[in-house]
Amino acid sequence: MGVEATRLIVFRDVTRTFGARAAVDHVSLAVERGTTHVLLGSSGSGKSTILRLILGLLWPDSGEVIVDGIRVTPEGRLELARRVGYVVQEGALYPHLTAAHNAALPARARGWATPAMRARLAMLAELVGLEEHLLQQYPAQLSGGQRQRVGLMRALMLDPPVLLLDEPLGALDPITRAALQTDLGRIFRELGKTVVLVTHDIREAFLLGSTISLLNNGRVVQQGSFADLARRPAEPFVAEFLRAQAPPPEMTASL
Amino acid sequence: MAASSGRVTAIVVILAAVMLPVGLDAHAVAQPVRVGSKSFTENYVLAEIVAQTVEQVGEAKAERKLGLGGTGIVYGALAAGDLDLYPEYTGTISRAILKDPSVTTVEALRARLGPLGLTISDPLGFDNTYALAVRRDTAERLGLRAISDLRRHPELRAAFDPGFLEREDGWPGLRRAYGLQLADVRIMEHALTYQALASGRVDLIDIFSTDGRLARADLVVLADDLGFFPAYQAVLFARRSLAERLPRTWAALERQLVGRIDGNTMARLNALVDLDGRPFAAAAATFLGRPAPGRAGPQLRRELGRLTLEHLALVAVSLAVAVALGVPLGVLAARYPRLGQLELMGVGVLQTIPALALLSFMIPLFGIGTVPALVALCLYALLPIVRNTYAGIISLDPQLVDMATVMGLGRRQRLGWIELPMASVTIMAGIKTAAVLTVGTATLAAFIGGGGYGTLIVTGLALNDVATILAGAIPSALMALAIHALFEALDRLVVPRPLRGRVAT
Repeated sequence: MGVEATRLIVFRDVTRTFGARAAVDHVSLAVERGTTHVLLGSSGSGKSTILRLILGLLWPDSGEVIVDGIRVTPEGRLELARRVGYVVQEGALYPHLTAAHNAALPARARGWATPAMRARLAMLAELVGLEEHLLQQYPAQLSGGQRQRVGLMRALMLDPPVLLLDEPLGALDPITRAALQTDLGRIFRELGKTVVLVTHDIREAFLLGSTISLLNNGRVVQQGSFADLARRPAEPFVAEFLRAQAPPPEMTASL
Repeated sequence: MAASSGRVTAIVVILAAVMLPVGLDAHAVAQPVRVGSKSFTENYVLAEIVAQTVEQVGEAKAERKLGLGGTGIVYGALAAGDLDLYPEYTGTISRAILKDPSVTTVEALRARLGPLGLTISDPLGFDNTYALAVRRDTAERLGLRAISDLRRHPELRAAFDPGFLEREDGWPGLRRAYGLQLADVRIMEHALTYQALASGRVDLIDIFSTDGRLARADLVVLADDLGFFPAYQAVLFARRSLAERLPRTWAALERQLVGRIDGNTMARLNALVDLDGRPFAAAAATFLGRPAPGRAGPQLRRELGRLTLEHLALVAVSLAVAVALGVPLGVLAARYPRLGQLELMGVGVLQTIPALALLSFMIPLFGIGTVPALVALCLYALLPIVRNTYAGIISLDPQLVDMATVMGLGRRQRLGWIELPMASVTIMAGIKTAAVLTVGTATLAAFIGGGGYGTLIVTGLALNDVATILAGAIPSALMALAIHALFEALDRLVVPRPLRGRVAT
């Protein structure tokens, strides 16, 4: 039980197939409390399926998924909402609701009183660096970065111990992306959240991740720190994947 | 956030509450005599004569259910106890209702109808049957008096109505019975045959023996000397309970009508309506020797006002019920794909049933009048509402729907806060389609006594009077436009602002 307490997310030999294809193939993972775990890989490598298994949107064909000491089952899905916050590309905000309504939805679903929601929204707006007057805008009136900050507020609304981020910066321009990357790192540290971040961007993995799992064809190819992966690649694929995204030395030198 | 779905429900409930009392007939304290008619001039006039006679006696009020759509519907209403009587013809009773052409005499008919709780009066005094007519000068020149005389003149050019040409009790049977050999027989709409005969383009036409135009044109009707045409004697077709319940009224009807209306009289009354443009009630009053009720402008306006209210009530109530049923059905279909396919097939099949057939199916279940019309209209309105609700929800971005689950929204919260508001544009589009369609379909309600603008259209069709048809059709079209505009405005209440077309950025 002592080990479980420090491991917030555990995958035990989890397999999930779609038709003949195994999207997740005998994966075992453990995410330590308060760390940021990056799932790195190209599209189709099984990253998003792993997130959906943690969220209870999918069930494993075999093996088990445990989040905060609770086994993920169809019945327990509502319980998960309090434990896991979820951020996706472009925020996935509801176009018919204002930013404030969007961010407050998880609290409203649990019947929070209005003053409590207001106070929480104000606090979160400051935390994620969103000007408060923007809360009254509809998503279509916000920039991509602002939408993503609202999405982050929504994920943090119930103060869950776990945050899942699925390519959160994927659709942003480089400057907004850099700014948000910095803010995300700060927020993760300040709140001490356990974070699972899905990305195919090595830079993002390097900046935000304390542990990296590199995935290929539904399998974990290697797990460790960025330095581990770079210095002791377990398979040629690891080195290949890292090299493919590294900027040419001349470019880095001239910056 | 939850307000959007709540608002839809509220609007539906309010519409239903406002319109329901208008739509349903208040039951009179004393059971009135419910008089029906089919939708052609002669039947309207006879029914008016009956209704006015009932009113003269004063034993009970007369309730007119005129212009019903055909034998099946009127007879269905009589059999179901929704009518007390209507004018019918013996030949129709034996052939179309009892489906036994061998039953011809009044006594035999009564014996067969008795077990059904129905009866007929003695004949009113005229036959409405097919007959052949020629111009007087042709008749005199060739010495034509009876149909058998035509054997000697195969050169005569004939124009027959399509119905007469096809029916076994029409031309095919007649030709065989008399051994006729006409060289030139052409098909022509009934409305045109009189003109063709008068202008000399043809020499022989088929007619109805009480046709109003017969009273005015200089024609000779050829005698059916072999007795080929079945007897279509006019009688009152009634529930047996009527004579027991209102003996004085029944006695007065027999005294004033039975044996009192001969073919010429009926043709004259038909001519008053068809050729002189008098109302049915006025023609009936002429027969009863009473002052004709006037039909001044304000009265027409008041009638139009009443019909507008009836029509609006039909549309509003059926639509409100269709929304109240259709949206949940659409949601169910989206939740359970198997059930959904069945459901969509079901409402689709409903749509393929011709409106008149659907209306007549309602009679055994709901009788005639407003209720069956509402049920039929509601069933028709379901398809666009169910299908659009289903499509609106099914086509939502799955990521947004998943996000609702991840956030811990319950099923009802997800539906009310997320799915319905986001699908509201599509759902409203379905409701608008249903609304406009219902305004049009509601004109058919008149065929089962449901009232509304269709009453004018049915009357106009019976009179072949375009002005009367338009008096019903134009307001109906205007109402469709108005309702469309109303629902566009309703979008503001139902559809969240950012989803309403353009959004300021």
